[in-house]
Amino acid sequence: MATAAIPVPEGTIIVGKPKWRPLEGEGNLAMLLLLPTVALLMMFIAYPFVRGILLAVTNSKVGQMGEFVGFENFARLLKDPIFHAVVYNTFLYTFVTTIFKLILGLWLALLLNRDFKFKAFTRAFILLPFIVPTVLACFAWKWMFDPTFSVLNWMLFKLGIVAAGAGVNWLGDGDMAMLSIMIVNIWRGVPFFAISLMAGLQTISPDLGEAAAIDGAKPWQRFWYITWPLLMPVTMVVMLFSVIQTFSDFQIVYVMTGGGPANATHLFATYAYQLGVGTGLLSQGAAVSLAMFPLLFGIVIFQLMYIRRVETR
Amino acid sequence: MIEGSAWRRWVFFRLPMGIFLIFLLFPFYWMIITTFRPDGELYIPWYRATYKPFWTWNPTTAHLKYLFGETTFAIWMWNTTFIAVVSTAISLFCGVLAGYALSRLNFKGAALLGTTIFVTYLVPQTLLFIPLSEIIRTYSLGDTPWSLILSYPTFLIPFCTWLMMGYFKSVPKELEECARIDGAARWQAMLYIVIPVAVPGILSAMIFAFTLSWNEFIYALVFLSSPEQKTVPVGVISELVRGDVFFWGPLMAGALFGSIPVAIAYSFFVEHYVSGVTGSVKG
Repeated sequence: MATAAIPVPEGTIIVGKPKWRPLEGEGNLAMLLLLPTVALLMMFIAYPFVRGILLAVTNSKVGQMGEFVGFENFARLLKDPIFHAVVYNTFLYTFVTTIFKLILGLWLALLLNRDFKFKAFTRAFILLPFIVPTVLACFAWKWMFDPTFSVLNWMLFKLGIVAAGAGVNWLGDGDMAMLSIMIVNIWRGVPFFAISLMAGLQTISPDLGEAAAIDGAKPWQRFWYITWPLLMPVTMVVMLFSVIQTFSDFQIVYVMTGGGPANATHLFATYAYQLGVGTGLLSQGAAVSLAMFPLLFGIVIFQLMYIRRVETR
Repeated sequence: MIEGSAWRRWVFFRLPMGIFLIFLLFPFYWMIITTFRPDGELYIPWYRATYKPFWTWNPTTAHLKYLFGETTFAIWMWNTTFIAVVSTAISLFCGVLAGYALSRLNFKGAALLGTTIFVTYLVPQTLLFIPLSEIIRTYSLGDTPWSLILSYPTFLIPFCTWLMMGYFKSVPKELEECARIDGAARWQAMLYIVIPVAVPGILSAMIFAFTLSWNEFIYALVFLSSPEQKTVPVGVISELVRGDVFFWGPLMAGALFGSIPVAIAYSFFVEHYVSGVTGSVKG
């Protein structure tokens, strides 16, 4: 280096212009800290979202950019009987599984909230369905639902519920397949509900319940008038996450039924995949995906408003 | 506290808890037992008297040998680990910085940006996978691990940011102010005072982000095509299922071994994971 810095003896106080420290301004520092996040989110969320809208209003196929067709793709969806089934299936799937996940999750949370031996151990094991890769766990379920080798049918057979050779056709029949994927979804979601709701239960002071008990409230009254209302804010947030995940679910259906039999279990995501990736009709697939957005948006706004109302009460 | 007589304890606690545990854990038992059961015992129809589901006296490692010898399972494991580790690192870096900025700095548009990030947190992957696959192709990232390393942060960063905001808010302002009075620059106070205090939060975000990216499926399914690039979930589904033929032994072995790394990572950080779950809910 030609211009080496002149060494300043230790203890010297430099008087004069203060050092230029741009990062002392909160705005500047914030900008710098947020830059990587904003850049990544712009590139991989905002931009794809715009691209998705552009795709949905053209007639693109894989490898060829299409022409502008306006709302033709959406108009076609409105007339598409499979799409009607998709909308119905998705709402049914989300509604039924969320109710069951809430009831079973709350029940399990109440059980876990007691003191018992191996509590930490039990809690750790209970979360397993939620943490292992869904696709891999779904294969275990698919194997358990196998028409010929189903262990579940064997259990029902041993219990005397089904006869030999007349087992439940878990994934082969439309309604039954819907029920089967719902069972898997509930299986996967209950741990999340239970652990989150348990955390909510722990924030409720036991004094309240004890005071009510002294006043003569029965256990279910204590639950209904004290625990349930106080748990409401946590419940709503858990529901919000669960509803979004369930509404946009892909993995369980893709592995268990692939949307079949005869499109009986298609959800938005699997139908979008089948159109966009399976048959290469990019624009139609993108339209199906995007159709999810206003519905999800509505659900989210509704729930957020409800959460705010509950929290400010 | 379990009050009441023995039968009450059974009816209201042990029985329902037992049923819950069986329901939640049986698929894993089934995975393990299938992995070590010879084919001859696997393929017996359920109504035959010889169907003995719960135990085997002839355990075999044939399925494991097939999985590690005949398929590229080991490579899938490596790919998944690499992708999960790098995308988790990127997301933590971005999430910690953004979380700090949004929770502790006053600047114009902070509230709006915070809300925007929360909303992106709620955008599901299945909404964007088709246009994103087009973009990945335009950036020539298709069929490389980078397609996933760069796209996974889109759902990991909002989560990490949200979790870290909660943690940073709980760090007392005085800590930082002390450092500032002693002459630390703003960024030094952040790096040496606030971030070390928030380490438990960072661990929660880390373990959570790691499991999320290990489990991700649809992006990996759409962006990757050659067998040696695949992640475990995609590899298992495409290489161990041929048309209608399912190789159940190796499939269950793959499911088991594909779950073990997350289970191990999780077992080390159970408490952090649980506080991550609940932290993400409390916000």
